[in-house]
Amino acid sequence: MSEDVAPRIASRPTPALVPAEIEGASYGDRVYRWATTGFALVIPSLLLLIAWEVFRAGWPALKTFGLGFFTSSAWDPVNGNFGAAPAVFGTIVSSILALIIATPLAVGVAIFLSEFAPNWIRQPIAFFVDLLAAIPSVVYGLWGVLVLVPFIRAHVMPFVKDTLHLGDFPLFTGAAYGPSMFAAGCILAIMILPYISAVTREVLRAVPRSQREAALALGATRWEMIWDAVLPYARSGIVGGVILGLGRAIGETMAVTMVIGNRHELSASLFQPGYTMASLIANEFAEATNDLHISALMAVGAGLFLVTVIVNAIARWLVWRTARVGDGGT
Amino acid sequence: MRRTPVAILAVAGLAMTACSSGSDKKNDSSHSAAGVSTSGGADLTGAGATFPYPLYSRWVSEYAAATGVKINYQQIGSGGGIKQLQEQTVDFGASDAPMSDSEMVKAKGGAVFHIPSVVGLVAIAYNLPQVTQPLKLSGPIVADIFLGKITKWNDSRIAALNPGVTLPNSDILVVHRSEGSGTTYVFSDYLSAVSPTWKAGPGKGKELQWPVGLGERGNDGVAGRIKQTPGAVGYVEMAFVKQNRLSSALLQNPSGQFVAPSDEAATAAADAAIAKLPANSDYRISIVNSPGAGAYPISSLTYLLVYQHMTDAAKAKKLSDFIKWALTTGQKDASSLDYAPLPPSMIAKLTARADSVATGSAR
Repeated sequence: MSEDVAPRIASRPTPALVPAEIEGASYGDRVYRWATTGFALVIPSLLLLIAWEVFRAGWPALKTFGLGFFTSSAWDPVNGNFGAAPAVFGTIVSSILALIIATPLAVGVAIFLSEFAPNWIRQPIAFFVDLLAAIPSVVYGLWGVLVLVPFIRAHVMPFVKDTLHLGDFPLFTGAAYGPSMFAAGCILAIMILPYISAVTREVLRAVPRSQREAALALGATRWEMIWDAVLPYARSGIVGGVILGLGRAIGETMAVTMVIGNRHELSASLFQPGYTMASLIANEFAEATNDLHISALMAVGAGLFLVTVIVNAIARWLVWRTARVGDGGT
Repeated sequence: MRRTPVAILAVAGLAMTACSSGSDKKNDSSHSAAGVSTSGGADLTGAGATFPYPLYSRWVSEYAAATGVKINYQQIGSGGGIKQLQEQTVDFGASDAPMSDSEMVKAKGGAVFHIPSVVGLVAIAYNLPQVTQPLKLSGPIVADIFLGKITKWNDSRIAALNPGVTLPNSDILVVHRSEGSGTTYVFSDYLSAVSPTWKAGPGKGKELQWPVGLGERGNDGVAGRIKQTPGAVGYVEMAFVKQNRLSSALLQNPSGQFVAPSDEAATAAADAAIAKLPANSDYRISIVNSPGAGAYPISSLTYLLVYQHMTDAAKAKKLSDFIKWALTTGQKDASSLDYAPLPPSMIAKLTARADSVATGSAR
């Protein structure tokens, strides 16, 4: 995008010659300018305001429990003892699990669509992959409850435990409920797949034709051309897409709540129920029992806010880096 | 709008009788116009518990048809109902758990009356396709299942209560609520009553630190998970057992009987508990593990929360009339919606209490 825009801006007349700068029109221009500046400032100030409010509301809990709030796994509303470790752990584990499942799939789909697919199939498949992003998360949740979780309980879990005899392996211990960290990872993977795939597709399309032709001219097979010439060129852009998917996975609430089992416990087993920060807040906020409970939930919200800000910053930085690499290439 | 003139007449008439009788409805005259000034179409607004909502919403529509008084009840949860009552943003609240002393102190409108409106019951629902006859359980066994001490369905203690029943050698999968809930409060109240370990451990509350199991949102979530998962057990309101055609356990009561969850058994539990109350009880009581014969152990009262002294006398009168209607005519709706009616022994006492709402003077 920036490559298209930049030359046009450069070729415009210098500001002194623009008719809008003529005296009579300057009043309207100034109003317009201040108005748009105002609009633009509303967004960051809204963000700061939200951050401030969340941290302020969470402060009593953070003050009471200190940093131990993020390392303790107690969540006992009866006695007013709160710790967010299982939720933080669950958010990170379910998101990473989703990335592990979704990234190869999404990148594979993107490679197929940009390198191999004939035209008549490229459009429909791209359309359906993009459509995954348009499905509301509660619908994913329902599908998870009605289809995915029973399938995992009745087929995946017995297969791993009884057929593969991995029931004592730390990742697969415990009673087979169905709702689990694994189910959450699966549903998140499907939800973030279109984001990673769409970004990857665009990035692959931006790889210059000369790059491909050079590789082929050197005698590379098609596979070697993609693996050695196209993917390295697009790598940081793909990473940006993955990070965007991660941001989506971290913040996802409804679908995860419906399949993760909502249990405050640190468990190495992927087949055990867990919790995420977002689903914890969604579940408990409406019926929080006292002020400290509400404050603890807000502190969880503050933690989630921090995590998403960090992830978004990383994504921005990576996208920016990709753009620079792209400029250098052309 | 069509009813407005009638309302004016009614309120004016009320004010006149109040003045002439002059005894205890002193402040009505200053509010003769208040009844028609309510905006938004509703004469009374209430908010709170979701559990009695199906019943309350039927009451609201029947009462509007019978008297023309419009009531707006919003199911925002017991905790929300208490908060809104404290802030006086609603005319009445509703809660499955009685307000604590510290919550009572925070009520901005002064003393709060707890008026039980109906009896609810929580069933222990389970999914054991192989077991055809109802499972019998005792309080300590239920507590140990939810404490994670009994983990298999063919545990010797369960088998001892169910001779002749072939129990599967499968894991017990405990399902509980993931959000704060009046149902959880009632259930944990029961477990605290029957198990000292439970009382010292997770304790009693709308939301607990559960030793085992997974959380599902809402009665429907828990019921759905049980229906879907062989080996699962959980606690749900009776209505959800019927809707989902789940099996529910017979529970042993303090008289030693195994009682199935039913409206008669819940009313019996309330009756036995009320019999022991002092005359001036505030009804902030627990009726779990009630001693009466035929009483179902996990029964509870759900409450309407009203200020003893309402500033708006016309509203006070309307509210008091509605409560009295609910305690008498309204009780007939209870059974068909899977609630249990209040025992007759309570109705007279509660009606008197509802009367004292109307006569309360402004602070």
